[in-house]
Amino acid sequence: MSTIVRDYTIPANDFTIAGEASSSVRKILSQLGVSPDVVKRTSIAMYEAEINAVIHGNGGMAHVEIDKNKIYIRISDEGPGIADLNLAMQEGYSTAPDSIREMGFGAGMGLSNIKKNADVLDIETEINKGTIVNITVFFKRE
Amino acid sequence: MKIPEIAQLIKAEICTKKHNPETDILSACSADLMSDVMAFSKSNALLLTGLVNPQVIRTAEMMDIKAVVFVRGKKPLESMINMAEEKGIALLATDYPLFVASGKLYKNGICGRGE
Ligand SMILES: Nc1ncnc2c1ncn2[C@@H]1O[C@H](COP(=O)(O)OP(=O)(O)OP(=O)(O)O)[C@@H](O)[C@H]1O
Ligand SMILES: [Mg+2]
Repeated sequence: MSTIVRDYTIPANDFTIAGEASSSVRKILSQLGVSPDVVKRTSIAMYEAEINAVIHGNGGMAHVEIDKNKIYIRISDEGPGIADLNLAMQEGYSTAPDSIREMGFGAGMGLSNIKKNADVLDIETEINKGTIVNITVFFKRE
Repeated sequence: MKIPEIAQLIKAEICTKKHNPETDILSACSADLMSDVMAFSKSNALLLTGLVNPQVIRTAEMMDIKAVVFVRGKKPLESMINMAEEKGIALLATDYPLFVASGKLYKNGICGRGE
């Protein structure tokens, strides 16, 4: 199988569209016959990262590569960056405003949930430059 | 448990025109926080919530949740119904509050364990 590559734009602060990229990737994986457990783990990790880009990063881009063995997802934004990544990774830590809480987000669970569901997670972030979240999920666990 | 039986137990209106007759609910999650729903790992699950916005449907899709019950008289928007139908997710609306609706389903065998 040749590598499937997809790129998506993640619009800022648009909650009706937030999740479209993850939804599309989910469909591709299901069609490829990837196991439901892997589809779900990938969906959770990508969706949390996509929502973070919408809420915290002023929107951004999603780049996805799928080959025979794995899916690689890169969610990048040019938002404010994360000052203390260790702190941000902790469950319950959130800087989301009340308006976001009213939408059902902002419990500070996203990053740790990505970590739980991804096989490889690598976050690059720089203050006032942006954040890149790199997620890999293998189709079969070694 | 099938969707019509659930609707009957909690006196809910089924808002989506078509739903998968195969849908068999084994577990459930009650939450207003989508972050909490994202941490829920059971399959063949139902979501009960007081939150009404498109992200509820999107979250359900990502989590493989087959049906969503809106509680306390809240009704899903037309756009949410269309989105749910497209994804094969059933939407229900009941006047019961979250605790009572959850309790009625729990008592009748949906005890949150599932598979
Ligand atoms: N892309 C990003 N750009 C800037 N800051 C971010 C980004 N992603 C996460 N953060 C920071 O890290 C914190 C924790 O993120 P996390 O996803 O764990 O929680 P949350 O988004 O606040 O809430 P939840 O994910 O539960 O809805 C955020 O509140 C925010 O301060
Ligand atoms: Mg988050």
